Amino acid sequence: MEWQAIWLSLRLSFWTTVILLAIGLPAAYWLTYSLHKWKFLVEALIALPLVLPPTVLGFYILVAIGPRSPAGKLYATLTGGMLPFSFQGLLVASVLYSLPFAVQPFAAGFAAVDRRLIEASWCLGVSRAATFFRVIVPLSAPAIVTGMILAFAHTLGEFGVVLMVGGNLPGITRTVSIAIFDDVQALNYQAALNTSLLLLGISFCVLAATYGLRRRVWAVWPMN
Amino acid sequence: MRTALLAAALLATACAPRPASLRIAAAADLRFALDDVVQTYTRAHPEVRVEPVYGSSGLFYAQLQNRAPFDLFLSADVEYPHKLAQQGLILPGSEFNYAVGRIVLWTRRSSGIDVEQLGIDALRQPAVHHIAIANPQHAPYGRAADAALHSLGVYDAVKDKIVMGENISQAFQLAESGAADVGIVALSLAMASGVANQGRYWEVPASAYPRLEQGGAIPKWSRDADAARRFRAFLLAPEGRAILKRYGFSGE
Repeated sequence: MEWQAIWLSLRLSFWTTVILLAIGLPAAYWLTYSLHKWKFLVEALIALPLVLPPTVLGFYILVAIGPRSPAGKLYATLTGGMLPFSFQGLLVASVLYSLPFAVQPFAAGFAAVDRRLIEASWCLGVSRAATFFRVIVPLSAPAIVTGMILAFAHTLGEFGVVLMVGGNLPGITRTVSIAIFDDVQALNYQAALNTSLLLLGISFCVLAATYGLRRRVWAVWPMN
Repeated sequence: MRTALLAAALLATACAPRPASLRIAAAADLRFALDDVVQTYTRAHPEVRVEPVYGSSGLFYAQLQNRAPFDLFLSADVEYPHKLAQQGLILPGSEFNYAVGRIVLWTRRSSGIDVEQLGIDALRQPAVHHIAIANPQHAPYGRAADAALHSLGVYDAVKDKIVMGENISQAFQLAESGAADVGIVALSLAMASGVANQGRYWEVPASAYPRLEQGGAIPKWSRDADAARRFRAFLLAPEGRAILKRYGFSGE
């Protein structure tokens, strides 16, 4: 069993989800409430990873963060390290790759919040930031949880992007799906089967937990 | 503030020190042979952790150009290490040749295709629907297979049957699983103990393809160049060569 790879994938998914929560919530807020006429272009940009082949995305990311690119050089000066073939590089790639899976459910949740409640809060003198955290976020909690779970699960299963950016280094960039691919090539079918089965189990548990959690949220705080 | 804390925590987990190891970017034809070498080596040097990563030589070449953190490169040809040397990406004088590879026509015993008798003409059999080779674009063994098909005069007859693996061990896996009826693969994979009795093979005459001289090098950024040199010395010493020979590699 590829415990090292499983642990790595879980860590990668966790941090990707945390970062997507931090940047996804403001992004979704802007997408929902902005009246900017070019908003649709940003929406298309964020949704790109949904339709782009992961290899294309991975290739672009590899070029963009490589040691010869401006971003790669800047990173090298700041940290002395480099992004490709490192955990941090995978993290950058995963955040971009799973961006729509977090932002879209967030935005859908925000859009479903009754506009009058938000305006009532503003009229009562509550700041926009406080309104966001005390009205919008609680009311769209199920959507936020859904977005987080989707981002987590999507990162857990990513393959093409990791293959391009990661380099299959044990303990650093050999994620579960790469380990399975490697085991199959080594004719280690039993190991590949075991790891696949575990991944299936984890994925099912994560999804079941989400749906279960959402049910309880609805039962404790009836929305109407 | 919260984001800053998260970033700090993230960096802390990501940069946690790890025990040193010797990370080898190894051509996929070495998959079983090098595992054997590593096992013998670590028995004698238990303090070193050797981690081979297998893939196509061309892929590693591209990654090493981007300073992929490998400590030793074992290519399936001499071209890739040499090109890295020309770009000044390896330690001066660290280039070496370690083996000469061979290619074979491999099929499962159960396929009923008598490759030993038929030789290259086995590929013309109607029972052969798919022939697995490694991608010639970035796998030296794929280039050897391609050259052999051309020089033995069967390329035009079989070109529509060719399927490509990303590297030679994936091509072998395609044949081993029966998805492809025949594979043109490395002798070193056909001779691996796990599959030796499952298949039969015909060795492609060495005159049919350019000599598969396999070379390696130590990247400039190798974290422990001395450890890499010691492993290289072991590979080139009689003990290492004997293991490679068991997998069908010939020496100088």
